[in-house]
Amino acid sequence: MPPRKPVAKPDLLPDHFLRWFAMRGWSPREHQLALLQKARDDRSALLIAPTGAGKTLAGFLPTLAELSGAQGEQSGSKVISTGRSVQRGQGLHTLYISPLKALAVDIARNLETPIADMLLPIKIETRTGDTPVSRRARQRRYPPDILLTTPEQLALLLSSDDAPYLFSSLKRVVLDELHALVTSKRGDLLSLGLARLWKLAPDMRVIGLSATVAEPESLARFLVPQPVGESVSADIVVAGGAAEPVVEMLDTKERLPWAGHSARHALGEIYDLIKANKTTLVFVNTRSQAEMLFQDLWRMNDDGLAIALHHGSLDVAQRRKVEDAMSAGKLRGVVCTSSLDLGVDWGDVDLVVNVGAPKGASRLMQRIGRANHRIDEASRAVLVPANRFEVLECRVAIDAVAENAQDTPPLRTGSLDVLAQHVLGCACGAPFRADDLYDEVRSAAPYAELSRVDFDDTVEFVASGGYALKIYERFARIKQDASGKWRVTNPKVRQMYRMNVGTIVEDTMLKVRLLRGGSGKSKKGVTGALARGGRMLGQIEEYFIEGLVVGDTFVFGGEVVCYESLVEDQVYVSRAHDKDAKVPSYMGGKFPLSTYLAERVRKLLDDERAWKGLPDQVREWLSLQAHVSHVPGTRELMVETFPRADKHYLVCYPFEGRLAHQTLGMLLTRRLERARARPLGFVANEYALAIWGLGDMSHMIRQGRLDLAALFDPDMLGDDLEAWLAESALMKRTFRTCAVISGLIHTRFTGEEKSRRQVLFSTDLIYDVLRKHQPDHVLLRAARADAATGLLDIRRLSDMLTRIQGRIIHRELDRVSPLAVPVMLEIGREAVYGEASDELLAEAAEELVKEAAGFEETES
Amino acid sequence: MQAEIVTADMSTVSIAGVTLAADLSGALYWEEQKLLVVSDLHLEKGSSYANRGVLLPPYDTIATLGRLGAVIARHDPRTVIALGDSFHDRDAHERLSPANRDLLAALQMRRDWIWISGNHDPALPPELGGTVAEEVAIGPITFRHEPTGAAGEIAGHLHPKARVSTRGRAVERRCFASDGTRAVMPAFGAYTGGLNIRDAAFARIFQTLGFVAHVLGDRRMHAIAASRCC
Repeated sequence: MPPRKPVAKPDLLPDHFLRWFAMRGWSPREHQLALLQKARDDRSALLIAPTGAGKTLAGFLPTLAELSGAQGEQSGSKVISTGRSVQRGQGLHTLYISPLKALAVDIARNLETPIADMLLPIKIETRTGDTPVSRRARQRRYPPDILLTTPEQLALLLSSDDAPYLFSSLKRVVLDELHALVTSKRGDLLSLGLARLWKLAPDMRVIGLSATVAEPESLARFLVPQPVGESVSADIVVAGGAAEPVVEMLDTKERLPWAGHSARHALGEIYDLIKANKTTLVFVNTRSQAEMLFQDLWRMNDDGLAIALHHGSLDVAQRRKVEDAMSAGKLRGVVCTSSLDLGVDWGDVDLVVNVGAPKGASRLMQRIGRANHRIDEASRAVLVPANRFEVLECRVAIDAVAENAQDTPPLRTGSLDVLAQHVLGCACGAPFRADDLYDEVRSAAPYAELSRVDFDDTVEFVASGGYALKIYERFARIKQDASGKWRVTNPKVRQMYRMNVGTIVEDTMLKVRLLRGGSGKSKKGVTGALARGGRMLGQIEEYFIEGLVVGDTFVFGGEVVCYESLVEDQVYVSRAHDKDAKVPSYMGGKFPLSTYLAERVRKLLDDERAWKGLPDQVREWLSLQAHVSHVPGTRELMVETFPRADKHYLVCYPFEGRLAHQTLGMLLTRRLERARARPLGFVANEYALAIWGLGDMSHMIRQGRLDLAALFDPDMLGDDLEAWLAESALMKRTFRTCAVISGLIHTRFTGEEKSRRQVLFSTDLIYDVLRKHQPDHVLLRAARADAATGLLDIRRLSDMLTRIQGRIIHRELDRVSPLAVPVMLEIGREAVYGEASDELLAEAAEELVKEAAGFEETES
Repeated sequence: MQAEIVTADMSTVSIAGVTLAADLSGALYWEEQKLLVVSDLHLEKGSSYANRGVLLPPYDTIATLGRLGAVIARHDPRTVIALGDSFHDRDAHERLSPANRDLLAALQMRRDWIWISGNHDPALPPELGGTVAEEVAIGPITFRHEPTGAAGEIAGHLHPKARVSTRGRAVERRCFASDGTRAVMPAFGAYTGGLNIRDAAFARIFQTLGFVAHVLGDRRMHAIAASRCC
């Protein structure tokens, strides 16, 4: 051991590390030392720190120190073994896992600096989907000291038969951006991978790096094996000292829109903000908003400011170019989506502009953190509400940021489709005994409460489909051998597993290519041959293209393009010269308004004195509402009914986010139909739901023919929900995700198989049949569990319905109220949500009749 | 105004002067002949996939036979024609469960049953009951599996489906495709997908877009011009 000089924190860091810090003009931060101490005490730890706090270095310091110290202790030659049982002196020491492969690559680059400066004998490598096969093979045989990778790659490594060899030397796992990882099925997959690692390397300790969350104790459970029937957490280290962010709402001089999400009214002001700052990140909530805003900004960009666009659908090379230009300080502004929520620190961003609703307090704080280039300097952010309701949301979000109130969701319950994938992966690695695997899986925090029935059903599903009708035994993928161990029945099973590992099931994406030579008039027929080639613009969801007809224009890649044709998985578009796209593609934000912010918005509405902090226009709007109708109280559900043109409207204000409102809309229309109110459609936004129909609902309520308490009774989540789920397109999408993740169907095939489109099986058909013949099948259970929190947000709806029982306030009005205007304006702008396929088909059929009768289309 | 004329439980399809009813279930019924036609049942498609490692729920055969039983009960036909690809592969009939075998036999009782051979099931054994034929001609109509475009032909094989889109929303459903001279029937099987009627395969049958898609809605049939579909 080299002699050490006593320092303030004796011997936590070797001398040459201290010298390195000093050389760079730094001193180790308190939380960095705290993590070293945890490592010394052989404890796993969760570090909670804002962006810019040197979080990543903190996570790696124990590893770097250990590896540099280890060198002194073991001066002998390295033992490299190819046998599985031979213990080596060294080998893989630390595994770093991040949600983004780009992040792994950047971290590798950043770590090279201290390693090179201090001449540390440490080998770092990355392993992502892009790593060449030859290097992957080498990494397994001769592992680096530190491997930087993703949850999917970890699952792949664990499914190989040399996993025990590779991981037996593992000392440390570093999980980056843990707060983001744990909210999705990738987190489930990662947790199961950790459970496996604890088995293979019992001495391994875990460091989690996370932004601030609402329940750190619960998140810290993720980092340590959970004993049966107990809940234990890793130690928690909180980095302090971040300067309070300065967050303001844009004080617009313009008229605030009633509805919409584009914030076009504030374009000039956003442009001025970009102009007045060095580098500005402009966050929006959806890809299409990003497209629109980017285009609008360029239209007014008389100063030629370098403004770029970044979102998840753009071509990777394109995104990389923007990121590099950003790092090099060449950009004045980047319009981006959540694609930039995570990732490396952007150095010199001095302002974050958030356009539209912040959706959640924690989410907003993480975005604001992106502007933090030095932890001791305040981040600056400007919120730009796009409509009046969003003003309320921005107001309460700013208050929440000031109080540092967090609203991250609680730790997930592990889903069964991911478990199925993991079970197959385990069998691919080595035969397993069900009892052992059941115990192992429950050591993962998300699966701690997993029932034996669910586990056994999942294993049965993996084996032969888990069907009540036992006829697939001979096709089984895994089988129990004489000793009771489950093993893979043939090598093809392994191959299929490896090709399809992962939990990210995207909507089928199509490549968008720009035809050369401007707007060539489209050829006849959708699948007609067209000149191939054309510049790749990026990818787009298949369902969006399906809604288009040839000649429709939409915004993509920062320009208005015209849909020309679809050939296999390529969408050909030409450059359109229209200023506005014909088909709006606002699909709503992916993230609903958080329950926490919703609660605060309701409180703000309820407290007239607090309106003082709102812009004049909004205050007047609310006062007018109070005058002509009623402003909903914190715990109330306000319902308004009124006539308009030749229809009757019912508008309610649950403030539970559009997903829950859409589900509510589906269920209420069913009930209204039974009550003979003849509903025709509905539209939902984040705050309210409007239903319209032919029946005079005011009159029906007055006469007692329509009982609001009964209409909103939570029992709608019984039979009505079941009946609706049978045909719900959203439920079918949810099921498809489960079917793909669980390995029921494959989306990727080996070369010998036919082209993807030929083999892709419609999961809607499977859903219909399975639901009818085995409604309690494990995959349907998995899909229902997803529906509770996912696209249908049933749990939240259920909480709301329970909360408002006996608290429904009804106002019968003779016209639309001020509060109802925003949601009413969504009619026609938003796709009217409904499953009424017959109506749509009938509309198309009607055109045929008119044509036959020689009518002219008279409307629009 | 609602377009009741063209949206109903059944669509009327005229082929070579014969009037048939296109049923919401995807079957075709010829009243005068008391003849029911269904196409592309693809029985045992699930177990066929299972054999290749894709363990689809093994309930497709019972689901398909159940729906077939319902439409047979509704019309009580004298003759049933299964228009080819009744079984998903050559061995599929051997994988029928005893229960499904009995169910099929019960459907065949008291009526003529004709299996038209298809490309998936070119050789059906006699023990399945009924008669096996390459094609059947009744009056001006010829029933065969693969469409050739001949006048008076009713065929299957292509699994037609139609997509209609309005204001960015699209609906896609199985359909009958017919121009008054010939028709292609939708696939009846529970696990059968479809081919868009705008595909070149249909252009070869109908030559122009002057045909009509009789679309199977959720509760009604809808007659929609092929040119209106996308």
